Amino acid sequence: MNAPALKEWPLWEVFVRSKQGLEHKHCGSLHASDARHALQMARDVYTRRQEGVSIWVVPSTAITASEPDSKDSFFDPAADKIYRHPTFYEIPDKVGHM
Amino acid sequence: MYTQSFSVADGATPGAAKPAATPLRNEDAALQAHFDTVIDADGKIEPRDWMPDAYRKTLVRQISQHAHSEIVGMLPEGNWISRAPSLKRKAILIAKVQDEGGHGLYLYSAAETLGTSRDQMLDALHTGKAKYSSIFNYPTLNWADVGVIGWLVDGAAIMNQIPLCRCSYGPYARAMIRVCKEESFHQRQGYEALLVMMQGTAEQKAMVQDAVNRYWWKCLAMFGPPDADSPNSVQGMRWGIKRIGNDDLRQKFVDATVPQAEVLGVTLPDPDLKWNEARGHWDYGQIDWDEFWATVNGHGPMNQERLATRVKAHEQGAWVREAALAHARKQQQRQQKEAA
Repeated sequence: MNAPALKEWPLWEVFVRSKQGLEHKHCGSLHASDARHALQMARDVYTRRQEGVSIWVVPSTAITASEPDSKDSFFDPAADKIYRHPTFYEIPDKVGHM
Repeated sequence: MYTQSFSVADGATPGAAKPAATPLRNEDAALQAHFDTVIDADGKIEPRDWMPDAYRKTLVRQISQHAHSEIVGMLPEGNWISRAPSLKRKAILIAKVQDEGGHGLYLYSAAETLGTSRDQMLDALHTGKAKYSSIFNYPTLNWADVGVIGWLVDGAAIMNQIPLCRCSYGPYARAMIRVCKEESFHQRQGYEALLVMMQGTAEQKAMVQDAVNRYWWKCLAMFGPPDADSPNSVQGMRWGIKRIGNDDLRQKFVDATVPQAEVLGVTLPDPDLKWNEARGHWDYGQIDWDEFWATVNGHGPMNQERLATRVKAHEQGAWVREAALAHARKQQQRQQKEAA
């Protein structure tokens, strides 16, 4: 091992599926020594009251995030394309629900 | 549960003068303006957003104090797990203490998003630099104390924590929503345990009254000094960290608790406690702030013991933390070798 010895357990992000049919949702983070340990800890911390039927744990360092500072320019391309929304189109009332 | 409803300076005396905000560079001024706009619009700040240093520092201090309080709060109740009067009460108490550990973790995680490490925070707690809720620097002398902690201490904490669910810092607000969901169980189990004792022998009833007598004033003090003596509150309000003033929260707590005490059949130890028709609230007597500050500043009956117990537990757990890491490294090496 040439990586420097860690003192703190690495950080993991926890995603929980609350019931079959729903997506996994981020619910928090925790420190654990490895993936299996992280799963056990996540079960004990985030599903003590049957809040989940499935858990994902991901090393926090594995997440790539968009830059908050470039929030405007990064998401800008979508701002002027209102024709992507159904409400952009006027349909005669007599057509009914469409 | 368990936060003090105000932010105490770590390792400093209260009321110390703070320098006015330092002048901002131009780009900072623009960022500050954007930050102010978000706060004014009741928006949320997220971890990687720009925020003023003082906002970050205040949050780290408040969230870590809150986390420490959850962790130290496990000690007085943990003492009673082996002495719980029945298997049912033992199971309940274990679940509650486990919740407190979880609450500590949610909060440490929220504080870590601000760029402070778990080890730094634990170190600040263990060296006595960081504060935690002063309520845990009093002893839990009998089983009724466990019930009273649930009913009154957790009850006071809930009052304080519900507005924190709307705090301007996203991770703190989300942690508090999770905490509040679990907190109601804590208060109800405590109150119910006391109800059972109040149906018991004269000695058992006396134990409940004794516990209420010892904890009532300390719970009122948990909300922090009167707004007039709480200069940090104003800034906390401005930043959307604090939503309701200390005195209002305290009044809400008193108003909610008086009828609960009546149903329970205990007397709240305050001769000045009486209904004020004009205000539509209960009036209450003077809180002993000298005693409160003495405890906050380390001179409460249990300060040293609580900290020593916490440090000992951490030190005795060191081999587990190290062994888990060593195991993880070994597994990783084995996998690499197999892959090679």
